[in-house]
Amino acid sequence: MTTSLLLVQLLNGLQFGILLFLVAAGLTLVFGVMDFINLAHGVQYMLGAYLAVTFVGLTGSFLLGLALALAAALLLGLVLEFLVFRHLYERDHLDQVLATFGLILLLNQAVKMVWGAAPLSVPVPEFLSGNVQLLGGVLYPVYRFALIGAGLGVGALLWFVVEKTRTGMLLRAGASNAPMVSALGVDIRKLFMIVFAFGTMLAGFAGAMAAPILSVEPGMGDAVLILAFVVIVVGGIGSIRGAFVGALIVGLVDTLGRSFMNDLLRLFMGAASARATGAALSSMLIYLVMAAVLFVRPEGLLPAKGRS
Amino acid sequence: MSAVLPTATQNPPAASRPAASPARRLAPLLIFGLLALLPLATALGLPSPWLTLVTRAMILAIAALSLDLILGVGGLVSFGHAAFVGIGAYGAGILITEGQTEILVALPVVLVACGLFAAVTGYVSLRTRGVAFIMITLAFGQMAYYFAQALSAYGGDDGLTLYEKSTLFGREIFANRTGFYYIALGTLALCYWLARRLVASRFGRVLRAARENAVRVTVTGYEVDHVRLGAYVVSGMMAGVSGLLLANQTDFVSPAFISWQRSGELIFMVVLGGVGSLYGAVLGALAFLVAEDVLSGLTQHWKAIFGPLIVLFVLFTRGGIAGMMGKLRGPRHG
Repeated sequence: MTTSLLLVQLLNGLQFGILLFLVAAGLTLVFGVMDFINLAHGVQYMLGAYLAVTFVGLTGSFLLGLALALAAALLLGLVLEFLVFRHLYERDHLDQVLATFGLILLLNQAVKMVWGAAPLSVPVPEFLSGNVQLLGGVLYPVYRFALIGAGLGVGALLWFVVEKTRTGMLLRAGASNAPMVSALGVDIRKLFMIVFAFGTMLAGFAGAMAAPILSVEPGMGDAVLILAFVVIVVGGIGSIRGAFVGALIVGLVDTLGRSFMNDLLRLFMGAASARATGAALSSMLIYLVMAAVLFVRPEGLLPAKGRS
Repeated sequence: MSAVLPTATQNPPAASRPAASPARRLAPLLIFGLLALLPLATALGLPSPWLTLVTRAMILAIAALSLDLILGVGGLVSFGHAAFVGIGAYGAGILITEGQTEILVALPVVLVACGLFAAVTGYVSLRTRGVAFIMITLAFGQMAYYFAQALSAYGGDDGLTLYEKSTLFGREIFANRTGFYYIALGTLALCYWLARRLVASRFGRVLRAARENAVRVTVTGYEVDHVRLGAYVVSGMMAGVSGLLLANQTDFVSPAFISWQRSGELIFMVVLGGVGSLYGAVLGALAFLVAEDVLSGLTQHWKAIFGPLIVLFVLFTRGGIAGMMGKLRGPRHG
């Protein structure tokens, strides 16, 4: 029974890690190429989820709703880029932090005004409902497998674009030295916009895919944003591979810590104090992991090439 | 992320000038003088909730001031400063709950706790620069938040209601509203004076120089990392004092004190007032709380107004309130 529980929690951790990867990938690209810290990235994840609620409800079809939500999330992201972000690329980090913080306040409140403060949900699509029987007779939802698969698919696509296409080559060049790329005649504004659109789509996709399994509520992006930061710091800023490894570490450590910390501590102490310590320790665990990684490797596990 | 390039352009030049211009000497005197006279205005008919609001603003101004030490003077954007306020508040709250109301016990406990937390998290965070530093301080702040949430013995997620306030030698110094006002003002003035002295000292000069060019300062023979860590620890301890007072004012402590929005608000106070000027942080805190009070009285969706205001402020103004006061006196240095 414990092995099957472990298996389920491993899958949960993997699925959470994949979700974090989708959010962190866009964020790390934007950091890496533009040296731009976008706190509003978490809000874009939240918007993806809310748009999925609306469009799946309107169309009655999950796939169509997902496509429309993605398009709308991209459009909103580009509007924000045009109105706000574009004017911040040349500013220092303090201005970027503050302006995007203001956007978070606005968008969290706007979401409350449009959709209400109560949590919403998206039904799991018909063709992905039901469970898969795992070893030992444990059931695991098909949708979560689909999420893991979709995340891995997007990750592979991302890898292909970044490593094998011309745009990807420019992205990598931009991440190691943006002024040089610009000096060589590449339209850096256009490149920035592509990077940004990319990131927005990924965050929106993550939000929309998470909508059927998480409750969709105002502020849902904030927690994910901070976890994505941890992922990026652990993996190394600007590195997609680092984001992938970091996301899996954070997803697994967090999920396994929350489910097994109590049992582990009970080996050393009484049940009541194990519960209290376990709750505190498991919620802090990923931050301790992050501190440990930074202590050994301040630049992260897999820093982007060409940055020092 | 080479260590040489980014720091030079990150900071407005206003703060690097020597602290000698008349505004620099007069503005703080004016601010503290007006604050000292405010209770008289309540005697003349200003509604007394204003006194509470300004007390709260002065308490948060201590936190904003301490943040300005590392953010403005040191050039390190810390996004986890609310954690120190929270540690101070929880320190006072837990001691009071355990029956220990003496502030001469609470103060050293809070200072040591904040100093230790700052030393450990600062040591790790200061190994990085720029964007990574912002993200790590944010993550450590969030760690403190989750820790407070898991403190089930002291209210957990619901927070901790305090049934007593801190005392000095058994005397209830916080019971009287006007008395509390002057304690907050006195603490703020003391912190301001300390921060001013620190910035003017050799230590402060190295800190400011490292903001402009860390490599050059290192080559000159100073341990930049030690100086920065020292500033981070002092700043954290000062913010802890703010938390101690805050717990006494609200009679309540909760994880929300440590939320990352709080840290963001503290940054906004510093920028609103003018980065690196120290008294700007005081002005920023006052302006922030008054604006929050007015807007939240207008509509429950006040954040939908406040957010865009922050964005517009960042996009269209530079130097904050202190900077604007500087501009009124005409251009400097040709």
